[in-house]
Amino acid sequence: MGFLDRFLKAPSWGVHPEDHKRPAADAPLRIFPTPERVFMPLHQHVGGVARPIVLVGQKVLKGELIAEAQGNISAPIHAPVSGTIAAVGDVTAPHPSGMPFKAITIESDGANRWIDCEPLADPFSAAPEEITKRTAAAGVVGLGGATFPAAPKFALGKRLKVSTLIVNGGECEPYLSSDDRIMRDYPEMVVDGARLVMHAIGASEALVGIEENKPEAIAAMRKAAAAFPEVKIRPLPALYPMGSDRQLIKVLTGIEVPSDARAAETGVLVHNVSTCAAVHKAIRLGQPLVERIITINGGAIANPGNLYAPLGTMIGDLFTFVGLKEAPSRIILGGPMMGTPLLHDRIPIVKGASGILAFNAAEAFVPEAGPCIRCGNCTKACPMGLLPLEMAARIRVGDLEGAEAFALSDCISCGCCAYVCPSHIPLVQYFSHAKGELTAAERTKLRTDATKRLAEAKAARVERENREKAEAAAKRKAEREAAKAATAQPASVAVEKTEGASA
Amino acid sequence: MLMSVGSLAVMGLTLGSVLGVASRYLAVEENPIEAELQAMLPGSQCGQCGYVGCAQAAAALAKGEAPVTLCPPGGKATVEALAAKLGVKVDLSKVSDSGPQIAEVTEEICIGCCRCMKVCPTDAIIGAAKQIHNVIREACTGCSSCVDVCPTEALGMMPIPVTLQHWSWPKPASAHH
Repeated sequence: MGFLDRFLKAPSWGVHPEDHKRPAADAPLRIFPTPERVFMPLHQHVGGVARPIVLVGQKVLKGELIAEAQGNISAPIHAPVSGTIAAVGDVTAPHPSGMPFKAITIESDGANRWIDCEPLADPFSAAPEEITKRTAAAGVVGLGGATFPAAPKFALGKRLKVSTLIVNGGECEPYLSSDDRIMRDYPEMVVDGARLVMHAIGASEALVGIEENKPEAIAAMRKAAAAFPEVKIRPLPALYPMGSDRQLIKVLTGIEVPSDARAAETGVLVHNVSTCAAVHKAIRLGQPLVERIITINGGAIANPGNLYAPLGTMIGDLFTFVGLKEAPSRIILGGPMMGTPLLHDRIPIVKGASGILAFNAAEAFVPEAGPCIRCGNCTKACPMGLLPLEMAARIRVGDLEGAEAFALSDCISCGCCAYVCPSHIPLVQYFSHAKGELTAAERTKLRTDATKRLAEAKAARVERENREKAEAAAKRKAEREAAKAATAQPASVAVEKTEGASA
Repeated sequence: MLMSVGSLAVMGLTLGSVLGVASRYLAVEENPIEAELQAMLPGSQCGQCGYVGCAQAAAALAKGEAPVTLCPPGGKATVEALAAKLGVKVDLSKVSDSGPQIAEVTEEICIGCCRCMKVCPTDAIIGAAKQIHNVIREACTGCSSCVDVCPTEALGMMPIPVTLQHWSWPKPASAHH
């Protein structure tokens, strides 16, 4: 901490968007009735795509493994309802491109019958690795939206001897309240999950950061954590992007994670409150991750609120359940600041879907961008201390390396800069575009290196084959000549003999 | 005083002569820029530039005998990299770039003659006699050598298909350029 920071309590970065969380956050949690059909995508996490292990026509129970993890960073997929596998095919991905990806379709039998679950009796006397193993088998991934598989993160925390677990209850994105709801309705699950994660990574304390705009959640969590002094509830100033891991770590512990390091290397590990609850279910109940709390909010929704829904449910089915006041002008997966715009509602919800927003025309209005007036508001708002205006100016003229020199790779795409821009410049889209192009260039380089090796291998093989052919030909020639010489020898002797005889 | 001046002078002379000897006996023979230029080229030795392979093309580039626009499979990116390295200006708008491409077999008319397999510089085509051939997309450099030898025109070039993992946001359309 710098000298001046002692006198400056509030962080100097961030923005204060209107939070729009209520009344949706105050509406009681509703259980979404089992849908007729679910579409369970094979790629709902960072890392390798899961491999299907079921056949069309096969009967499955709720919680049964239907696709297994592939590779070190991956997660298995389980059936969110009981029923029959109807298809393994393409559905539209929750992605701005609207491109398809593979999903397993299950026709529900309506019974919602669970598979036999095996809870772990007395997890705190079990080995930490057992918690990690069961978390991996339950397909738990980061539910805050990043969807990084939880188990490899546990293993990393254990290896790097992390001392502090930070439980992220910030939920700083406007409109969303799924984490708020889980802390209000199931605080014991969150606290127990946090203690299980602490046991898995060997941490000695857990700091639960909750923004001050959620007083009910803070009260409920304080009550649930009262018996466990190692779990500390820490209210945070309501400031966007408080829920971003680097910002949360800085505010709670004072540690600034270096640009080129992971959080775990500084002795802290961040997990979302919903992830902790999922770990609790995986260990204490033996249930894999097949359902989640999801916020349905926005001006086009008749009864906004939180739903407890099976994964793989179509967004359109959720809209029918809560009712639409009008056709949404824009559908967003996640929050309005960092969420993914979706092209339509025939898209299934995934593990990382914390909310679906249906905006009316007024909310979806995007003003036309004007020129940059170099006011510098974006540099004040940027939580990473970058210069968004300088980076955008370079990207606009195609100078991606120039933008990289201004530490484009440190940008967390939080959207603060675009939010405060008086000219409404789509700054984040510039950065996302540039990051995509730079990644593509990196990939092309790797590809070129790989094909170069292949070309060299082929050239070497062709040369070797030619040499071997030439050697074989030379050998055959030599043999032929030797044979010729051998047959010629007696002939010449014979000639000599005849000559001698005639002489 | 004299001692320090003397010792520094001796050190300077000794180290200087060591450096002088080293520069003579450990000198790099080849033009170092050639290797760098070769690393920028695709390395598939397809010969579309008119030289035998990428090494010869790099040598010609280093001598200034070939234009930086010589490599069709490399596309605009390679032209830019070469121009930056050699410090020459080039009008990129005149470089035709259809984007990176890869070969594709039209399976209905492939007769399994094995000719394409033999010319492929990266072994990106699999197949056997009288069996349908296919292209391994990850290994294809888009040199189009196979297209020229195919007797039934079953081989063609197509742009690399965009997948979910490869998609990236377009540049924002701006009225204020």
